Amino acid sequence: MSNGVASLSTPLASAEAAAAVSVANLRKSFGNLEVLKGVSLSAREGDVISILGASGSGKSTMLRCINMLEVPDSGEIRIGGETIGLRQSRKGMMPADQRQVDRIRSRVAMVFQSFNLWSHLTILENVIEAPIHVQKRPRHECIAEAMELLNKVGIADKRNQYPSHLSGGQQQRAAIARALAMHPKVMLFDEPTSALDPELVGEVLRVMRSLAEEGRTMLVVTHEMGFARDVSNRVVFLHKGVVEEEGPPAEVFGAPKSERFKQFISSHR
Amino acid sequence: MDFAFMRDSFVTLLGGVPLTLNLAFMSVSLGAILAMLLALMRMSGFKVLDWPAQAYVFVFRGTPLLVQIFLIYYGLGQFRPTLQEWGLWTFFREPYWCAVLALTLNTAAYASEIIRGGLQSVPHNQVEAARACGMSGFLLFRRIVFPIAVRQALPAYGSEIILMVKATSLASIITMMEVTGLAAKLISQSFRAVEVFVVAGLIYLILNFIITRIIMAIEWWLSPHLRRPPAIEPRLEAAHV
Repeated sequence: MSNGVASLSTPLASAEAAAAVSVANLRKSFGNLEVLKGVSLSAREGDVISILGASGSGKSTMLRCINMLEVPDSGEIRIGGETIGLRQSRKGMMPADQRQVDRIRSRVAMVFQSFNLWSHLTILENVIEAPIHVQKRPRHECIAEAMELLNKVGIADKRNQYPSHLSGGQQQRAAIARALAMHPKVMLFDEPTSALDPELVGEVLRVMRSLAEEGRTMLVVTHEMGFARDVSNRVVFLHKGVVEEEGPPAEVFGAPKSERFKQFISSHR
Repeated sequence: MDFAFMRDSFVTLLGGVPLTLNLAFMSVSLGAILAMLLALMRMSGFKVLDWPAQAYVFVFRGTPLLVQIFLIYYGLGQFRPTLQEWGLWTFFREPYWCAVLALTLNTAAYASEIIRGGLQSVPHNQVEAARACGMSGFLLFRRIVFPIAVRQALPAYGSEIILMVKATSLASIITMMEVTGLAAKLISQSFRAVEVFVVAGLIYLILNFIITRIIMAIEWWLSPHLRRPPAIEPRLEAAHV
């Protein structure tokens, strides 16, 4: 990434802005391994938060808890002022109301490391699937909008092809278009460039940067230091399930307080 | 070889084709519904549903179809008073329904395993993507899981359909006059087993050839994602060299 760009100031980045997402005291264990040990985080509207950390630090698990792909053992998740209800079951915590989870998920889009496009649908069908069948919007409207989105991410000419026919970078851009088609209030990115060949990373980061510039609320788990430094307006560093360092990129990269974060930066140069 | 006789036999045996196809079609379609149910029972995660389905598959895959046909046609006759009381005797009295029932129960056992394999091979990450978009329950099954599973299961299911077409020949043993039944009758009249069975085999071969083609066409139609992408139109400039 270029170094000359100052960190982005977002239009709504004032203290009064509503929290689009907030998680508090999130705890999650897999068996005996406690992956999250009380993580709290909040994103205001328009925030672009980069979540950094070594593998096993809990960053992906934290992100996946926000849309309930993982159910936390304890803690609170609020999205757009609405708290996700949880209940205790014999197999651990469960969402209290699947319809609430479905409704929230339809407004919190996720982009996965391995794209996860539906292999039996064309690119266009992938983009219009959830708007038509989950949000029940009219088909012609969804198609028109999908075409705009595919144009925006630069793969409109691939609309009638299948995911297996596209390169990784094109697939990930299609997945971003699919996420945008839901009109999400928040976008979650789970290592969106980690599965890509180095020469394909740039095209995906360019799309993500343009989304950030539109003022979209984004939580990005990433290893791309350039993106964290230049595009996000806040950086969160997780280590062994706790937030070890947090702040604006200029601050945390300029003068890291935590010894571990210093090591992490120097190893990711 | 008496070719004139074989030609006549061919015409005679063709008369059995509608019943052969009828038995195959009925048992494959009814069996598919039962198989779906069994596969879902096995994957439900509840032991009270999983175990009976497992036992069913074990019994019907582990015993010969011929034995099953005999048990249903002759065996159930012993319970005639009870079946009459329940109003089921009109059903079990008919060799046709006994054959359909036996074939259905048998194919359901095999097909449920094929469907289960298809459902289990649906990539987890595609299901997760659907969940992340707010899909769950039947919508998720109908739009994502089932279409992917069908594509995975179709080749194996195609073999099962062909096996069923051939299995209908066992219905001749309980007086059904389908292709094999007519062949047996013709042999008892003409004593020319070789000619008649060669013709009967040929008819099954033709039927299965057509069915194989249909299944291949369906596979082709369902799997554009596995073929090479459509060739990119050559650029216009290339024409003006």
